[in-house]
Amino acid sequence: MKFNKFFFISLISVLSISLSCAQENTPEIESPKNINYSYEIISDGFEIPWGMCFISKNDFLATEKSGTMFRIKNGIKNTISGLPEVYLRGQGGLMDVCLHPNFKENNLIYFTSSSSLGEENGGNTALYRAVLKNNKLEKLKLLYKGKENSKKGQHFGSRIIFDNNGYIFFSIGDRGNRDLNPQDLNRDGGKIYRLTEDGKIPNDNPFSNHDITKKAIYSFGHRNTQGMVKHYKTGEIWTHEHGPRGGDEINIVEPGKNYGWPKITYGINYSGTSITDITNFPGMEQPLYYWVPSIAPSGMAFSTSGIYPEWKDNLFIGSLKFNYLERLVLKDKKVIKREKILEKIGGKVRNVVEGPDGFLYVGVDGIGIIKILPN
Amino acid sequence: MKFVLLIYFSLIFIGVSQSYKSKESSIADGREIYNDFCIRCHLSDGKGTPGEIPPLAKSDYLLNDVDRSIYAIKYGLKGKITVNSREYDGVMENQGLDNDEIADVMNYILNSWGNSYSELITDDKVDKIKK
Repeated sequence: MKFNKFFFISLISVLSISLSCAQENTPEIESPKNINYSYEIISDGFEIPWGMCFISKNDFLATEKSGTMFRIKNGIKNTISGLPEVYLRGQGGLMDVCLHPNFKENNLIYFTSSSSLGEENGGNTALYRAVLKNNKLEKLKLLYKGKENSKKGQHFGSRIIFDNNGYIFFSIGDRGNRDLNPQDLNRDGGKIYRLTEDGKIPNDNPFSNHDITKKAIYSFGHRNTQGMVKHYKTGEIWTHEHGPRGGDEINIVEPGKNYGWPKITYGINYSGTSITDITNFPGMEQPLYYWVPSIAPSGMAFSTSGIYPEWKDNLFIGSLKFNYLERLVLKDKKVIKREKILEKIGGKVRNVVEGPDGFLYVGVDGIGIIKILPN
Repeated sequence: MKFVLLIYFSLIFIGVSQSYKSKESSIADGREIYNDFCIRCHLSDGKGTPGEIPPLAKSDYLLNDVDRSIYAIKYGLKGKITVNSREYDGVMENQGLDNDEIADVMNYILNSWGNSYSELITDDKVDKIKK
């Protein structure tokens, strides 16, 4: 009898352990058999090169999270003046930067920064617009500021892109308050927002006629979106977000849709305890792909140019956790292959952008901006 | 008598204003800060990831020079360090914590995962560590 009891308890514990450890999601990550690329550092001296956008192939802007924006022109790094005060805390700081689609005529740039503007202590993510004149920002305008402020260090977002209709999309993470923010349309955080280029709420935003206060919301139920790219053919907005432990996701965001955090997730708490028992629920979207274990994704770009023939139309995403750039091969919106690029780069891969010359440019923590060269 | 009472209350007042929070409550608050700002990299067991993120649990780097770790939390840390005979070469960013929060998280990491440290780290001590 004693033996039986012992056996029963062991069986239960084995079962519960195997249930609590989520299975690694396929396809498994591979290291390439032949390395068909090299790289060069085109701008060094960065600690956290969060955002990057190209004015021309030898002229680009890059942000340092601690609060500096640089313009790197023909290899020379100049500091941009005229930035607002940055609330530096935890994962927050100076984040993404993006050009207006018509930058050549209007010189407008957009950027996100955590900001302590407002009544409460702490900070939240703000979206700004300014005119870039040489190395100086002018006519600075605050377009959106997440409320309320919080002293939490987590989940400020943030990425910014324009879609094909001239709308601006940007993300704010759940600000470390998953129980209140992501599912509440009257609260900021855990959302993707859509605005017009001058910060107004488009008439056809999904909730513009609803009885809610945050009408800038485009989609919700996100944890922390730090990757966003417009699909090169369809114009869709592709995003990824950090999961907790496991459950990072790729999503194509659509108006008014709920991506489920924290009601559904493929991840668990950092401590190993569970967040929810369910991974799907009616009315909540399933990801295009999810990572278990987490890679801590940051930055997102398609390689469309054909400069790297074997990589054409593949998706590239940085890993903050494993210090590599992930190459994802897609077929009919399914990930069929994953490969490690820049495996020994030696820093968190923060950002990846396809430049106007078709090369991939990668921001790596502690290193700088590197350019990947095909062999 | 009035004078004695005045001295008595003044002494209580001085006592209260100079008393720091107890070690237990500082450790408890430090755990909150840790779970918010540190756990993603150093993990819930304080072991980090060998070769990538240095351990805090039984870390010689931490326990042999507390001021150095306070400095790193306050101002960030970059470049090569050796922890428990293993080399690390990464970036830990300044997290923007207030001095009392740095004191709390230090007390937590100095007294968790088998670490123990008799001295209570106070915000005064953190304040005195300058760039």
